[in-house]
Amino acid sequence: MLTLLLIALPVVSALLLLALSGENVKRVAFVASLAEFALALVAASQVAPEAGSQLAVSYPWIESAGIRFSVGMDGISLLLVILTTLLVPLIVLTTFGHSYQNPAAFYALVLFMEAALVGVFTARDAFLFYLFWEAALIPVYFLAGIWGGKDRIRITFKFFLYTIFGSLFMLLAFAYLYFQTPGAHSADVNALYALNLDAGEQSWLFWALFIAFAVKMPVFPFHTWQPDTYVESPAPATMLLSGIMLKMGIYGLIRWLLPVVPEGVDQWGATAMILSIVGIVYGSVIAVQQNDMKRLVAYSSLAHVGLMSAGVFTRTTSGLQGAVIQMLAHGINVVGLFFIIDIITRRTKTRDLERLGGITQQTPALTVCFVILMLGSVALPLTSGFVGEFLLLSGLYTYNPWYGAIAGLTIILGAVYLLRMFQKAMLGPKIEAAAPFADLTFLEKAVLFPLVFMVFWIGLYPNSFLNLTGPAVADILRLTANGATGLK
Amino acid sequence: MLAIILLSVFGIACLFLGFLDSKRVLMPAALLFLAVAFVANAREWNHPASYLNAMMANSNVSVAFSGIIILSALLILPLSERYLADERAQLAEYYAILLFSIVGAVMMVSFENMIMLFIGLEILSVSMYVLTGSDKRNLKSNEAALKYFLMGAFATGILLFGIALVYGATGTFTLGGVGSYVTGNAGAISPLLYLGLMLMLIGILFKVSAAPFHFWTPDVYDGAPSFFTAFMSTVVKTAGFAALYRLLAVAFTDVYSFWWITVAVITVMTLAAGNLTAVYQQSFKRMLAYSSISHAGYLLIAVVAFNQKSEEAILFYSLAYSLATVTAFGILMLVADQNGTEGRPNEDYSAFNGLARSNPFLAFALTVSMCSLAGIPLTSGFFGKFFVFISAIEQQMVWLLVIAVLMSAVGIYYYFRVVIAMYMREGNTGVIAVNPLYRFVLIVTTVLTLLLGILPGMITEMDYGGGSKALGKEKKDQTAAGKRMEMTGKAPRKMYNRL
Repeated sequence: MLTLLLIALPVVSALLLLALSGENVKRVAFVASLAEFALALVAASQVAPEAGSQLAVSYPWIESAGIRFSVGMDGISLLLVILTTLLVPLIVLTTFGHSYQNPAAFYALVLFMEAALVGVFTARDAFLFYLFWEAALIPVYFLAGIWGGKDRIRITFKFFLYTIFGSLFMLLAFAYLYFQTPGAHSADVNALYALNLDAGEQSWLFWALFIAFAVKMPVFPFHTWQPDTYVESPAPATMLLSGIMLKMGIYGLIRWLLPVVPEGVDQWGATAMILSIVGIVYGSVIAVQQNDMKRLVAYSSLAHVGLMSAGVFTRTTSGLQGAVIQMLAHGINVVGLFFIIDIITRRTKTRDLERLGGITQQTPALTVCFVILMLGSVALPLTSGFVGEFLLLSGLYTYNPWYGAIAGLTIILGAVYLLRMFQKAMLGPKIEAAAPFADLTFLEKAVLFPLVFMVFWIGLYPNSFLNLTGPAVADILRLTANGATGLK
Repeated sequence: MLAIILLSVFGIACLFLGFLDSKRVLMPAALLFLAVAFVANAREWNHPASYLNAMMANSNVSVAFSGIIILSALLILPLSERYLADERAQLAEYYAILLFSIVGAVMMVSFENMIMLFIGLEILSVSMYVLTGSDKRNLKSNEAALKYFLMGAFATGILLFGIALVYGATGTFTLGGVGSYVTGNAGAISPLLYLGLMLMLIGILFKVSAAPFHFWTPDVYDGAPSFFTAFMSTVVKTAGFAALYRLLAVAFTDVYSFWWITVAVITVMTLAAGNLTAVYQQSFKRMLAYSSISHAGYLLIAVVAFNQKSEEAILFYSLAYSLATVTAFGILMLVADQNGTEGRPNEDYSAFNGLARSNPFLAFALTVSMCSLAGIPLTSGFFGKFFVFISAIEQQMVWLLVIAVLMSAVGIYYYFRVVIAMYMREGNTGVIAVNPLYRFVLIVTTVLTLLLGILPGMITEMDYGGGSKALGKEKKDQTAAGKRMEMTGKAPRKMYNRL
């Protein structure tokens, strides 16, 4: 019931917002998203990591097509729900400083998206998952398309077409799987797990599913929409895209790909892993050369997500656990970084590294936050990024030392491009544009301090999250190992 | 049956109302007539019966299709308010012809005898030829009417030829008779029957604008006044597909292996022709014409799949498509008139630029309609496509679906162009005045589109009695099945109790 409430609350608040007008809406939106976070914490207190899917509800919805409204949470779902509900209020808070045209619609779309994201992470029925998956796309498309930058129309449309195109194949795969279930068909996640398909079927199903998830993450070579879209979207939409939406793809791999078509993974998992690793190197190398800060972080995101995806395909405990905790850590780091970029851009009217510099001297608070979030991203020990990357790389290394070594470049290159960004933007001689640079306001601190706190929490005591997801990850591994001959 | 009689009488009544001085009374009267016909039709739900020496028969499925047809007409009629102000418009005649054409459409969904199919189709088509040319002073409208008439006449001729050949092979015009001939003479079926079937298929596929018989569609849809285009693209399509499926399911189930490949090829061609050509249109109205071709393609997928889910899929799809199309044309008429120059409406995409700022309601309604046509989840159009895909995947027609999925992605491109124009481009459309009834129609279609997108079960969980009779189903005769159910008084079987 609680899960249902988690999905319903943002929808109801969004509808409420549409009835309001004026500047009040952002406060209402903030309160609503905070209430949602509180609800998620209540849910967290009730979920026992070992017990599989909990707080579950299941109603028949569309009987003729076998669709049930079936939601529930295990450790992985819960972690992502917490990430979503934690980030959304912070993202709403980042917008307090400025006003958007037609604010009611803006915040309503943010809340609609939150509901859909929670739905994606909790759905236990394949068709329901698909519906939420698509429902999450529409709001962010309008957010980026209406409130975005100059070239937004073309770029967001490309993004929209790409992702829809990918997910249509997922729908096809689900419909096919649905008809393979014995007796009265069912699209329930456990029914799909229990299927015993032959290798040929699994092989094309793998690609139908993988393309949908790969476009969303994105994995090389399905990534071409991503950098432009991140750059042209308004800051809150960029944060939603990179902080949360990217995780939908990884989550999809873990929940709907590995255990459903294990033999497909046997055949094609290595290919997918190589694509992911190519993405790591590709993203990092391009990021090193960027002068646009937003584009730089966009490419760094491409590298990070490649590592997570590669880790998932190792099908080892450390690979999967690493991917899961890295989803959390990356969500927090990247939202923080994009917010800092937004702050700098708004004050200096530029994101160009060549035209920035000397901000440090005037802004101790901003500098500290920037450093911590950046080090979290670079994966310095004791910060959030370290645990995840360490687990991911050790997983990759056990799978194949060469893969581990190449993927390890991400740490070195990550340090290069992030430190370069920090150095060029913050250090050095003071530049005209940065001349009167106010330090963080109270609202900005209210966003950044919780993020910084999370960076340390994950870095210092990752077990509070690893213990949560451990049993769920073990379940997934057990299910996917049934067909895993490639590992032996 | 009652609906047919009532609509015929009402049509004549409408003509007489035209003698009155005031045109004002016409629309309320026509709406009332349609509402009465709708109720009369709905009362036949769960009362399967056969009429006129088994020339026609109604079942729950045919009642449902008739219901969609009459509902579409009911929703489209208020969009004709523009003609109230137009001195030259012959409102009484328009309404009368519309009512008569619905008689034809209802006959097409409940025929038992192929002669009735022919008569129904002719009533509907001749009405449409006239209405297409109703804008007498417009060359495009004249050209469209002539084109439609010439091509349509050929198609009807071909259909009739097909019926004659099938009669030659089987000695009967009734669907049941043809069906039992086909079953009884398995292995020794006269070639005349095959030829006749092909010709009949061509005749009907022409009417639903399937490729390669679709070339008339864009010109006719574009040339006809938008109000009648809306009518054409909803009512004719629904009736055409209901008739096609009925014909194949009752009479030709056992020669499925013969006709399915033809229909499958036509399906692929229709999907490709409709979707790929729609991409290149600059006129929103012409795009809608090509989109109607592409939707014929999706509906044909359900026909090719031909299993127990197909009829329901066609039913739901027709409803979803009709609702979204009515909204689209309704808003197109408003926007095109507002931005028109020298009395000629501007029907290009660019006319929609910046609509969201000045007319948020219209922009929202059109967005919902476009999402539905594009098959975006949480609109009825998604479930329309979903049910069609489900019925095809049950037949393992994965290759057909891959094409359909690719084409859906193409579809999103051209449907969202207008959404982008409305929300993301700058324009200078002023606030458009919408009269209350017109607005009410748009609200109804939009709400229904969303509602069916969330609860499609409202339509699909209804009990359609004997259900369709397609592959592997023992029930050959729908009405017989219906009667059997009534006699035994048993609780009707849910069509798909999957869970």
